[in-house]
Amino acid sequence: MMRMSSPVNKLKEIAQDVFNSILKKKQPTLSMPLRSLDNVSYDPKAGYFELVGKTKERTLTASTVRSFAQTLKMMALSKQLIETDDIATKREAYYVSKNWGDARFLEQPESDNVMDDIEAMLMMNREQIGFIPEEKGGEIAGKLVVIDKDQETGKELRIDCTKFGSGAYSIPISVEELRFETDAKFILAIETAGMFQRLVKHNYWKKANCILVSLGGVPTRACRRFVRRLSDDKKLPVYVFTDGDPYGFLNIYRTLKVGSGNAAHINKYFCVPTARFLGVTPQDIIDYKLPTHPLKEIDIKRVKDGLKNDPFVMAHKEWQRALNQMVVMKKRAEQQALAAWGLNFVIEKYLPEKIKDEKTWLP
Amino acid sequence: MAESPIAHELAKKQREIGVAEFFARNRHLLGFDNKRKALMTVVKEAVDNSLDACDESSILPEVAVEIIDMGNDRFRVIVEDNGPGIVKNQIPKIFARLLYGSKFHSFKMSRGQQGIGISAAVMYAQLTTGRPAKIKSKISPNDPAHYYELHINTQANKEEIVKDETVEWEKDHGTRIELDIEATYQKGSQSIDSYLKQTAIVNPHTTIIYTNPKAEQIIFARATDRLPDKPKEIKPHPHGVEIGVMMDMLRHTESRTLQSFLMAEFSRIGSNTAKEIMENAKLLSNTKPKDMSREMIEQLMDGIKNTKIMNPPSDCVVPIGKEELEKGLKKEVNAEFYSSVTRPPAVYRGNPFIIECAIAYGGEQPAEEPVRLMRFANKVPLLFQQGACGITQSVLRTSWRAYGLSQSNGALPVGPCTIAIHIASVWVPYTSESKEAIAHYPEILKEIKLALQEIGRDLGSYIHKKKRVGAELKKRGYIEKYIPYVIEALREILKLKKTDEMDMEKLLNEILEKHRGKLEDVDFNPEENAEYDEEFAKIGKQKEEDDADE
Repeated sequence: MMRMSSPVNKLKEIAQDVFNSILKKKQPTLSMPLRSLDNVSYDPKAGYFELVGKTKERTLTASTVRSFAQTLKMMALSKQLIETDDIATKREAYYVSKNWGDARFLEQPESDNVMDDIEAMLMMNREQIGFIPEEKGGEIAGKLVVIDKDQETGKELRIDCTKFGSGAYSIPISVEELRFETDAKFILAIETAGMFQRLVKHNYWKKANCILVSLGGVPTRACRRFVRRLSDDKKLPVYVFTDGDPYGFLNIYRTLKVGSGNAAHINKYFCVPTARFLGVTPQDIIDYKLPTHPLKEIDIKRVKDGLKNDPFVMAHKEWQRALNQMVVMKKRAEQQALAAWGLNFVIEKYLPEKIKDEKTWLP
Repeated sequence: MAESPIAHELAKKQREIGVAEFFARNRHLLGFDNKRKALMTVVKEAVDNSLDACDESSILPEVAVEIIDMGNDRFRVIVEDNGPGIVKNQIPKIFARLLYGSKFHSFKMSRGQQGIGISAAVMYAQLTTGRPAKIKSKISPNDPAHYYELHINTQANKEEIVKDETVEWEKDHGTRIELDIEATYQKGSQSIDSYLKQTAIVNPHTTIIYTNPKAEQIIFARATDRLPDKPKEIKPHPHGVEIGVMMDMLRHTESRTLQSFLMAEFSRIGSNTAKEIMENAKLLSNTKPKDMSREMIEQLMDGIKNTKIMNPPSDCVVPIGKEELEKGLKKEVNAEFYSSVTRPPAVYRGNPFIIECAIAYGGEQPAEEPVRLMRFANKVPLLFQQGACGITQSVLRTSWRAYGLSQSNGALPVGPCTIAIHIASVWVPYTSESKEAIAHYPEILKEIKLALQEIGRDLGSYIHKKKRVGAELKKRGYIEKYIPYVIEALREILKLKKTDEMDMEKLLNEILEKHRGKLEDVDFNPEENAEYDEEFAKIGKQKEEDDADE
């Protein structure tokens, strides 16, 4: 699990620095990369959001003493988890803090935030420092065999993702140790569980010779990492299929492809730079005469924000054009709107056409 | 049948209305609206007179007030002073004639102004109990004391002497009045108790010995032996005189020419100003005052209006003094912050006046209630008609939010605060003869507002400081609260030694306190205000809940 320099040593180094400052009667400082879009740059060649290097300093003063103490306590918890080979979910960590007397967290967002700070401070993924996310990481169906280990015996376990019937394989929280076998031609990542279900039910993966991934909204880190490893290992292209709206473009697709501002310190490993956007594009809405909904105020705000602040959008003219086109149309369309042309229109017509015609994709 | 014109019929009913008769029917105009207020008004008129007389004669006042409950809503009110006394033949006129007095015609600051008060009290006693007023007065150790029992002939506004005797009185000099009236006694913010207490606050040179209807004696001892400066008497200022008064003055003057009349009867008119007035009025300087027609008098009024005349001298108005006012407030309210101001003299309609304010903030005062206002005019507390008073208006129009109190539009500010405001003037403009509220002259409202803004700024910087220190203390509390967890976490990560931990605590405290200078103490200390008198403060405060305001 530990691929970089030992997290325990890193934690000790930071604590030692704090300790030394205090001995020198100097105000100790914890510094960590700023976790926001302001602090990332995007180079299409590198393919993911990279930290620019702005740091946040938490210097011990009377007004920061509480969060300073909490950060140190959270570090101590992390060290203990790693040393005892245990894990805690974000919520469990929050409950553990209830034993910290006055230093306890009052709300979980507080503790989540401190946890993210420590991650960034160590430049590590939270799994490496003993914390695991709450949410599940997406589902898989199609031409893929995942090779895992039996949790008790440690014996190799082959999971055939064609054998889940109308169900699917759940991506585990930690995917680093998995290995893959496949002869599929591509990976299709799908935003909604509904569309995923339709494609599974009609064995689309068999027909198209592919692996289907249900993202279930904005993809979790595990899901991003899984797709990345799979695509790297087997040299498979990744196509992404979301709703035709700003959330699908800028939150789901962009996070999958280049990562997020919040997790910028780990984006390098937790995104899929080779992913391409298949649809639903604003042009698809016109070409396929899809039933639409009016853009909501928050959609328009999201587009404007993206055009102005998102380094990914700023690097791709195609995306700027698409977003502007959508603002002019003032309309959005869901994946399932394709059902207006018949329930299996998406399988028989839309997907084959789109996959064939690279010109209709977005970068 | 030729009917005689109806006017003859009506004429039979038309006759002169006696002043006394008028007031007998309109007693509310004089502050006798109800039984509770009547008791208050009777005491107030007698005490005001006693204090005025003492001040005028440079005597340190000692006033005894006794109220005896005689049952059936009857009370006997006795007020006795150590004043200069009254010469024998004036006694009946002063006590048994309305509009008879020494103060109406003089331009000097005093409590009484019209010569109505005490005789109205006598009349009220007569109307409600039929009993005569009993007066005793003595002017020196060598003179005998005179004792009178008096009624008022309400139609003729003339005294009726029931008894006239010479009696023994062990006092050197002084006056004593005894009245039986119909009344009710109640405690609370508008009670006699409260009135006497507030009188003591603004008249620190006075001793008041008060025996309430329950036969409990309260002594408000004088706080200082220093007599207040004696206000100088001035002549009226030309800008404050109306045409009717001018006509009267012209008719009664002994001056033979208009010029000498102007110079002799008014303040701030010398020969140059007089000439300028007459020029502006297009009148000759040798015009005989008594021969002037109404038109000529109007010309004269115009001339005065168009002439720049210096403001009246202000030594005719004597303020309480900001220190004394603040000291009085300290006695009444145990607060954490006090401020006071005495404004320079100002003028409305030719009458000089001075505004003074004092404020007490915080301490034991309720934080969620409107501020408490204490209004005073010429050292007399005003307990009624707060809403109608110009002083209240000024408080409402001052924006208190800037000074750290909350205030909704058009309402009194809310906060743990008491504000005392005093107006001193040669002529206090009351809204009615009962002297309960100050009229809304723009010049007066403006001066009050300026005074309030001045103490408001003091208050604001105090409240601001308090907030700042509060925030700082909270932060310092943080330090103490969270340092142990910093150490605990370091111990868990680094496996510290026990001795290290001891050092850490000391060092951390040092590091965190280093940047934070010394703190000013803004905590309320109830022992700090040496002036505060708990028993004193309680007086008049019982039964507040029964206190239906007007």
